[in-house]
Amino acid sequence: MQITDETIEYVGILAKLELSGEEREQAKKDMSNMLDYVGMLNELDTEGVEPMSHAFPIHNVFREDEVTNGDDRENMLLNAPEAKEGTYVVPKTFN
Amino acid sequence: MGMELMSMTAVELGKKIQAKEISAVEAAQAAIDNIKKRDDTLNCFVTVDEEGALKRAKQVQAEIDAGRLSGPLAGVPVGIKDNMCVEGMLTTCSSKILSGFTPTYTATAVEKLHTAGAVIIGKTNMDEFAMGSTTETSYYGATKNPWDTSRVPGGSSGGSAAAVAGEEVPYALGSDTGGSIRQPAGFCGVTGVKPTYGRVSRYGLIAYGSSLDQIGPIAKDVTDCAAVLEAICGKDDRDSTSVSESGSDFTSALTGDVKGLKIGIPKDYFLKGLDTEVKAHVLEAAEALKLQGAVIEEFDLSLVEYAIPAYYIIASAEASSNLERFDGVKYGYRADSFTDLHNMYKKTRSEGFGAEVKRRIMLGAFVLSSGYFDAYYMKALRTKALIKQAFDRAFEKYDIILGPVAPTTALKLGDSLSDPIKMYLGDVYTVSVNLAGLPGISLPCGYDSKGLPVGLQLLGRHFDEKTMLRAAYAFEQTRQYERAPFVKGGQANE
Repeated sequence: MQITDETIEYVGILAKLELSGEEREQAKKDMSNMLDYVGMLNELDTEGVEPMSHAFPIHNVFREDEVTNGDDRENMLLNAPEAKEGTYVVPKTFN
Repeated sequence: MGMELMSMTAVELGKKIQAKEISAVEAAQAAIDNIKKRDDTLNCFVTVDEEGALKRAKQVQAEIDAGRLSGPLAGVPVGIKDNMCVEGMLTTCSSKILSGFTPTYTATAVEKLHTAGAVIIGKTNMDEFAMGSTTETSYYGATKNPWDTSRVPGGSSGGSAAAVAGEEVPYALGSDTGGSIRQPAGFCGVTGVKPTYGRVSRYGLIAYGSSLDQIGPIAKDVTDCAAVLEAICGKDDRDSTSVSESGSDFTSALTGDVKGLKIGIPKDYFLKGLDTEVKAHVLEAAEALKLQGAVIEEFDLSLVEYAIPAYYIIASAEASSNLERFDGVKYGYRADSFTDLHNMYKKTRSEGFGAEVKRRIMLGAFVLSSGYFDAYYMKALRTKALIKQAFDRAFEKYDIILGPVAPTTALKLGDSLSDPIKMYLGDVYTVSVNLAGLPGISLPCGYDSKGLPVGLQLLGRHFDEKTMLRAAYAFEQTRQYERAPFVKGGQANE
């Protein structure tokens, strides 16, 4: 399958990735090769086969919605690239 | 002294610690000494916590002395793959994007080892986000194979496998999404277990493909793997896919008796692409089990060639979703310059992720996108169902499935990176096990003419690790553990 500039642009938006010119050409090539390869699945007749997400029948697992963890805000914020007054700092999102 | 301590198995070392012949502090010091001596070459560890390990070893020794800790792993050093969170210890997934990340909590499997008295020495190197089969995609440099330092240790748990073969630690935890425990164990001549999906909690394991990921042990022998698995398994409220299943007294399965055990060999595992020496050693292993009374039969598993495409669609789709969280806001790397919030996300991710991770995130985003979802993702999930059915049919007839771990022995560094699809094809015997949720074990079964270890893979029924371990143990009894040339000093050691 040929990957167009438009498709790779769209995938970049979905994946939140910004590719340089060279990376972009490589990505087009790699994705095209990979899609050709995985396209092999079309040889298989899967008519009437239920898609399986989980290998064995585990159904909904319920538990009481109880808070068991404590407030760990200060420690968690230590990992933030930027934090202020107990919150994460992000670039301005509107003017 | 240090060298000898780390050449023991974990269970042997644990016994000597219980017998007060060795202290937990001596054991931890021996691991640290060996890492200092060897890891400049092998690069098995991303982080070594010397101070924390020695402090912890002192505490564990006090517990042992007080009679409060008596398990087989008490006081024994361990390496943890760098995708498992350990509170207060740098956890990077071998990625730039998680540089500087120090978790505020510990993965359940690691916590359970801690309760058993383990002494965590540090975090082992891996392919970035566990995406790769060579440990070369690590942001922190490739790990080298102790059998031949010009070769890869396999991956993605290459740091864990090489650290065990390199006798830096007696055992380590790895994770296996498509073969990432079994294949590096095979390449490094050690033993690794991928448990049944759900056997071990994934809480605190940084997710790659959540429906496929499973934590397991890498060690020198089957006995160690059984002991470690016993310590880490079990239902965990914090992972709703973990289950409480009986049959977790794994050590009791190591009887050496395989009389009447039905072992199936998939004919379709021995066709094109399999190295002739690997094939010969694996078939010899089947013969050895037959001599001990197992019943060996060949059969057609079918669908073998479809496992890799199905796997890469499903794993990439899950990865694209799981890795959305790395956006430069809450932890890890953030790009230096950006124009606005969205641009910050994009630049952070583009600078923070390596090429292989980006490749899989983009493939995953594509196969999940509208217009392609049915053709790729749903098709892969239907294929997964067929593969599971093929295994179900096989396990109606056989107790164990036997085959190779990988088509070749360890490859030269750099040989796989240029052609991703070629690297993916190396996973042909391992990925279907993850798709079907089955347990698998990899253990050494011989050495090729280059002197490199050949891995044997045994698969069991869901939650029947015991039968699988019993067969593996019986086979292991026919052989002697071989130490890697690097630790024997056969290769430039210093």
